[in-house]
Amino acid sequence: MTAPSGLVRRGNTQRALKNHVFKWFCGLCAAISVVVLGILLTSLVMQGWEHLDWDFLRSAPSRKPKIAGIGPAMWGTIWICAACAIAALPLGVATAIFLEEYKPVKPPLRRLHSFLQLNISNLAGVPSIVYGILGLTAFVQMFGMIGNLNDPALTVGTPEDWYYFQLPFGRGVLAGGLTLMLVVLPIVIVSSQESLRAVPGSLREGALACGATRWQMVWRMTLPAAVPGIMTGSILAMSRAIGEAAPILVIAGIVFIRFTPHHLMDEFTAMPLQIYDWAGRPQEEFHKVAATGILVLLTILLAFNAFAVLIRQKFQRPLQ
Amino acid sequence: MFRMRTALAIAVIAVVASAALGAGHDYDRDLRGSVKIDGSSTVYPITEAVAEEFAKVCPRVRVTVGISGTGGGMKRFTVGETDISDASRPIKEKERKIAAENGIEFIEIPVAYDGISIVVNKSNTWVDQLSVDDLRKIFLDGSPVTTWRDVRADWPNVPISIYAPGTDSGTFDYFKDVVAGKTGAIRSDMSVSEDDNVLVRGVAGDRGGIGFFGCAYYFENKDKLRAIPIVNPETRRAVAPTPETIENGRYAPFSRPLFIYVSRKSAERPEVQALVKFYFEYGPELAEEVGYVRLPEIISLRAMVNFNDRMTGTQFLTMDGEKIHGPLLKIYRKLPVSVALGQ
Repeated sequence: MTAPSGLVRRGNTQRALKNHVFKWFCGLCAAISVVVLGILLTSLVMQGWEHLDWDFLRSAPSRKPKIAGIGPAMWGTIWICAACAIAALPLGVATAIFLEEYKPVKPPLRRLHSFLQLNISNLAGVPSIVYGILGLTAFVQMFGMIGNLNDPALTVGTPEDWYYFQLPFGRGVLAGGLTLMLVVLPIVIVSSQESLRAVPGSLREGALACGATRWQMVWRMTLPAAVPGIMTGSILAMSRAIGEAAPILVIAGIVFIRFTPHHLMDEFTAMPLQIYDWAGRPQEEFHKVAATGILVLLTILLAFNAFAVLIRQKFQRPLQ
Repeated sequence: MFRMRTALAIAVIAVVASAALGAGHDYDRDLRGSVKIDGSSTVYPITEAVAEEFAKVCPRVRVTVGISGTGGGMKRFTVGETDISDASRPIKEKERKIAAENGIEFIEIPVAYDGISIVVNKSNTWVDQLSVDDLRKIFLDGSPVTTWRDVRADWPNVPISIYAPGTDSGTFDYFKDVVAGKTGAIRSDMSVSEDDNVLVRGVAGDRGGIGFFGCAYYFENKDKLRAIPIVNPETRRAVAPTPETIENGRYAPFSRPLFIYVSRKSAERPEVQALVKFYFEYGPELAEEVGYVRLPEIISLRAMVNFNDRMTGTQFLTMDGEKIHGPLLKIYRKLPVSVALGQ
């Protein structure tokens, strides 16, 4: 028999050492990512600062780096992201509510339910370029089933009108926005589900016990309680949408465009594409312009997040 | 300094050209509509410049210029998705057939020459000419050549250092296509820069240096570098790059004409007409500005007549769909194929 006290002491030292090492390891990992981000931002600011002015935001791209601007691309991004948000958020949240709050009881329906669930989780991991190709066939050409781009099956108004609409959509803002919707929809659904699941079951039971219908329960109890979480998920999803280049590249291509879209069918270019185009140009000066473009993109992203955080704070009330 | 000179030259030429062509500045500022252009990334800089300048005279016309490559652009053009297609080669028989099936008639317009100069240091007096085979020895990946003596035994034992444009550039692609073909690779131990000025300085300061870039850049730096005459594979005669030899096609295989193809149906629209007219009027000087060689006026005039008379078809294919080779000047004496066919 050995002295237990000695064992315990030695074990304690080892455990304390391990604890210490682990703490420093984690700290180091955190520091590395922050330092990398810092270096990235610093080099961007240093490269991009000189071109950053009001004119850069307003003017159109040009073959001369001195007067090149990001205006049309910025508006293109705003248009497609707005279209994406308007389409993706209601769809995503409603799907999440269906999957979480209306769980079926009968076995065949339950199987269907879990099948849906599995697929949505898997979709979140599909590379975005795949959605781009899907969007190209489904939205741009509509499988070639209803007319083609030269001879649309349905048109409303003329391309001069702000409400111009056509089927199939063509390579326009709406097709781009809906393609982005495909990319972000799984993220919105999964994160909304998570936050609905985090709402205590007692709230639901209480509501139902008071005689509320499921609709009343969802609308007055669970959804308001889950809004902060849903907002967080949606912010992340929209941030991803702003930065996506691959699916938009498939829909719009690299295009020289000097105008901002003025209807949903209008051709567009987005900021990631414009930045990609500039970064790939041979002139050194254009690489600086690309850095400026990235700065603007990051600023919009941060503004977007800040705005959403504000909304989240406003909605966040302690559960009573 | 060169910019001032070029700007002045451009201004003079613009005045002369507009007077000569009788085009004037009669663009309708209130013209509306949209023009869709797609295609070659080589032609893109010219079309981009034209579209940018055109926006100043017709600000309400919405011009979009895409980069899908010549083949990709043709795919969209031949189904009628675009109004104008940029192409760094003439249309292929296959593409013409697809266009015909879809009822797309087109007008072919050559817009500029693209040429590459191969340059060496001024003090390099030994290289009198190079053949494509010599260039393969120097530039191909895995080649054992490291000094000029390795290329030819009577050349001095000076190490070769290569200065090349970035692998992203169209110039590099074009050079690679000619020298290494579709499957080969260019060696990687080169000094690479996207900035042609760096290449000029590199070769100018290196006795054993060799480099290549767009001809326009060599013309501006003639006093610092020497361009090597390249052996024309067909005539077996060495030809130095000058605007003349590039124009008449003798400087081969490092020069090629660039085109735009205009859909006949789109050419009925006033905004497309205005843009094409603008392209004829300012295309040559803008092409020079972005580094290409302008076309001889006779070809531009011929193309303009073709466009005004809506003469559709290509001059580069026979009626049986065989390719026609040769310098642009010779080819552009005949009528386009579909006109000859009476289509």
